[in-house]
Amino acid sequence: MGWGARVVSTAIASFICGLIFGFGLLISGMTDPVKVLGFLDILGPWDPTLGFVMVGALAVSAAGFAVAKRRGAPVLASQCLWPARRSVDASLVAGSILFGIGWGLVGLCPGPAIENLATLSPRVVLFVVAMALGMMLQEAWQRLARAARPPVGAAIAEAVDG
Amino acid sequence: MTQFDPTLALLGGALIGLASSLLMLLLGRIAGISGILAGCFDGVGRDKGWRIAFIAGLIAPPLIGSAAGFRLLPPQMPASWMLIAVAGLLVGFGTRLGGGCTSGHGVCGIARLSTRSIAATMIFMITAMIVVAIMRHGVGG
Repeated sequence: MGWGARVVSTAIASFICGLIFGFGLLISGMTDPVKVLGFLDILGPWDPTLGFVMVGALAVSAAGFAVAKRRGAPVLASQCLWPARRSVDASLVAGSILFGIGWGLVGLCPGPAIENLATLSPRVVLFVVAMALGMMLQEAWQRLARAARPPVGAAIAEAVDG
Repeated sequence: MTQFDPTLALLGGALIGLASSLLMLLLGRIAGISGILAGCFDGVGRDKGWRIAFIAGLIAPPLIGSAAGFRLLPPQMPASWMLIAVAGLLVGFGTRLGGGCTSGHGVCGIARLSTRSIAATMIFMITAMIVVAIMRHGVGG
């Protein structure tokens, strides 16, 4: 496959993956913050939807990832970029707490927030802009920390979980 | 409480799992939405095309549904603009610091039985439950 064909087929494949992902969120009700908060509200009339969505997603992705591991290389790229980090560190804990606070306040995590941009709701636009800003701030902060204290060896290699 | 439909929930979840599987099988990437979005503006020129394509695909379903005659309703959001902005900042900063969100850790990571992802998912889920308990029921407040 030539370079151009590779770029185009990668973009189309990725678009289709996003599309399937988005339909999954939409039909399961996960684009609706009311349903998400209904799951998170364990003291109220509990809505188990999010739990069922996770069970369905985990069953299929565990099988799919097992196939991907057995196959080795992906169809349109040279290698599968599996996350390399193993240890539960302070960043993971602190980041997950901050994310959990934001998620609990509004009921939107990144996927449903982005998908809801389709509604052109000004409140959703504000949320996504603030979210993007938060990501850039974290990136800038991490770069400053890195410059102040250069990390050793492979610690900085492709260190993203998702 | 809005209606709970276990079949649609499982089916929707299965589609999310299918999309995550396909992204790994075809592109060799983890379908972590926060990571995919953050990579769109991290300054590196290459490697952005597939990210933008994925996000375009993610936004498309409500538009397709709308074109097919379904009503496109904006989600119910808090009245306070300040609260929305703060929550958005926390979600953006937190997901990058923690290396992932509901999709990257909660689905892809747990499916790989990653200790980091299982820990992250438990932490952000319990934190969010505590926040909702405080906001709605005044627990501890």
